[in-house]
Amino acid sequence: MSNDGQNHADRRSLREKDDDEDGSDVALPGASLRLSRRRFLAGTGLTAATTAVLEACKPAAVGGAGGKGAEVAGPGQVPVTLQVNGKERTVSLEPRATLAEVLRTDLGMTGTKVVCDRGACSACTVWLDGTPVCSCMTFAMDAVGRAITTVEGLSSGGALHPVQQAFVEHDAAQCGFCTPGMVMSCAALLQRNPRPTLDDVRTATSGNLCRCGTYPKVFEATLAAARRGSGGSSGAKGS
Amino acid sequence: MNRFAWVTPSTIEEAVGALEPGALVKAGGIDLMDLLKEGLIAPQRLVNLRAVEGLDRIEEKDEGLHVGPLVTLARLAANPIVQGRYRALADAAGHAATPQIRNVATVGGNLLQRPRCWYFRSEAFVCKKKGGGRCYAHGGENAYHAIMNNKTCAAVHPSATATALLALGAKLRIAGPTDAREVPLETFFVAPEVDVMRENALGAGEIITEIVIPYPPSEAGSAYLKQGEKESFDWPLAEVAVLLERDGNRCKRAIIVLGAAGPVPVRARTAEAALADKVIDDATARAAAKAAVQGATPLEQNAYKVTIFEAIVRRTILAARGNTA
Ligand SMILES: Cc1cc2nc3c(=O)[nH]c(=O)nc-3n(C[C@H](O)[C@H](O)[C@H](O)COP(=O)(O)OP(=O)(O)OC[C@H]3O[C@@H](n4cnc5c(N)ncnc54)[C@H](O)[C@@H]3O)c2cc1C
Ligand code: FES
Ligand code: FES
Repeated sequence: MSNDGQNHADRRSLREKDDDEDGSDVALPGASLRLSRRRFLAGTGLTAATTAVLEACKPAAVGGAGGKGAEVAGPGQVPVTLQVNGKERTVSLEPRATLAEVLRTDLGMTGTKVVCDRGACSACTVWLDGTPVCSCMTFAMDAVGRAITTVEGLSSGGALHPVQQAFVEHDAAQCGFCTPGMVMSCAALLQRNPRPTLDDVRTATSGNLCRCGTYPKVFEATLAAARRGSGGSSGAKGS
Repeated sequence: MNRFAWVTPSTIEEAVGALEPGALVKAGGIDLMDLLKEGLIAPQRLVNLRAVEGLDRIEEKDEGLHVGPLVTLARLAANPIVQGRYRALADAAGHAATPQIRNVATVGGNLLQRPRCWYFRSEAFVCKKKGGGRCYAHGGENAYHAIMNNKTCAAVHPSATATALLALGAKLRIAGPTDAREVPLETFFVAPEVDVMRENALGAGEIITEIVIPYPPSEAGSAYLKQGEKESFDWPLAEVAVLLERDGNRCKRAIIVLGAAGPVPVRARTAEAALADKVIDDATARAAAKAAVQGATPLEQNAYKVTIFEAIVRRTILAARGNTA
């Protein structure tokens, strides 16, 4: 990943800022001694200087040929065709590339946000064959041959997806960083269940973290979009 | 993250053949992605199982429930057969991680994921699991660590499905460079005192090809409960799976498993014995729960987990009674 260093530095500083502003560490009765994972990491003064690669997985000298008949790609650049929002896009990528990186960097589609980069916030949610997944935890290679839908693919002909429209009308975004992921989770819910209950919406967004705490508006907007009957008739392309 | 090749076998034989030294099996890729990003593994190649035919089935036949290792947590949780006779497994799968992760994470990968101890997961600490000399959780930040069997290494076993599958008496079918073998889950996990560098007995070049859960006896029920810090997704502070075999009101046999308690899933045998032949009610469940945490050895910051476990064991026993078919 050519710009890995740059991206990573940006994300690190973003995370550090989050730490400073974080007043939301979980406090349970009798749990005052406990640390959050973020605070813990900040406390270790973690740098990339020391790397303790696990014994079992140290790079070993490996022969170039593939194992008996199995197809081998990489480790260098591999040309692949991805189906993004109904269009075929050919990119050259290393097998280690995440789908989020390829979407944002190679394809310039920055609607998909990367926040934690560890599967823990769902900001980077896209659909693979209509199912929400974290693009930061998906190898782009795993998306080959599947329909990828990003937040850019929800609107059609300039018209917002009903869930997007409802988010606007119900003021369901504050800083907006979690919003694309929220929208993808909620639109997927209406696709498979056009008449969700509040609990269904809560479950569908249970992995989506919103630092601004705008959950009530997200729930309200999604239920409103459902009442308007957005479900199956969405304009989402490529799913 | 280091660079690696991407290998796509289409049969189990090809997959085993591709597992030369430096290669790792890839299923959903969630735990591998985490370890790669943290710089804790540096494989030469990932052998992607997703194109191997027949590894993603859920079928009730022959010996019971046969689950392919590539079945996702989301599919396990939503499957009506699993929700019925194998309820603890459905609830364990359905309450692990987030909806997005459950859509991708597989049950095989879930069993084999590495612990989440923050010292282990941080490249800055060369703990015993990485060949170092000490467990940093001892005398360190240990609020989320093991409350049992924690003398050598205090990481807790992270797998929700392991907790449930152990209670349900599952066994694994494994293919590898030599003969295929079967291992009861009961003997699959490896305590740190035996080998601190690993959590299970999967050998180099081996692949889990099937998970088999025996039919539950008639008048049996199972349950899984998890307590986290928050209502939406979270790692467990405590998780418990119980299988109850009943004879009317009486408990014929109980299996009680504690997850997030020790470095490998813990069978609470004293609690099982306390419940055997008793009428299952609030008082006996309470007594069994007390027995389950007897002998716990909490660290400086995690004695609160003992109390939580006691409550969750009691509730899970009563839930399993309620779930009896
Ligand atoms: C935010 C977050 C929250 C989470 N919360 C929970 C939780 O509450 N409870 C919980 O249990 N888990 C939780 N997890 C962990 C997650 O469930 C696991 O990482 C996931 O199940 C691993 O499965 P996978 O298919 O992605 O495995 P992979 O990453 O593909 O593989 C994991 C390991 O298993 C090996 N492997 C996989 N399949 C096979 C096979 N068939 N044969 C041989 N080796 C194999 C791989 O080589 C690798 O070593 C969480 C993860 C995240 C990111
Ligand atoms: S950025 Fe992917 S889950 Fe947080
Ligand atoms: S609106 Fe700011 S994180 Fe959700």
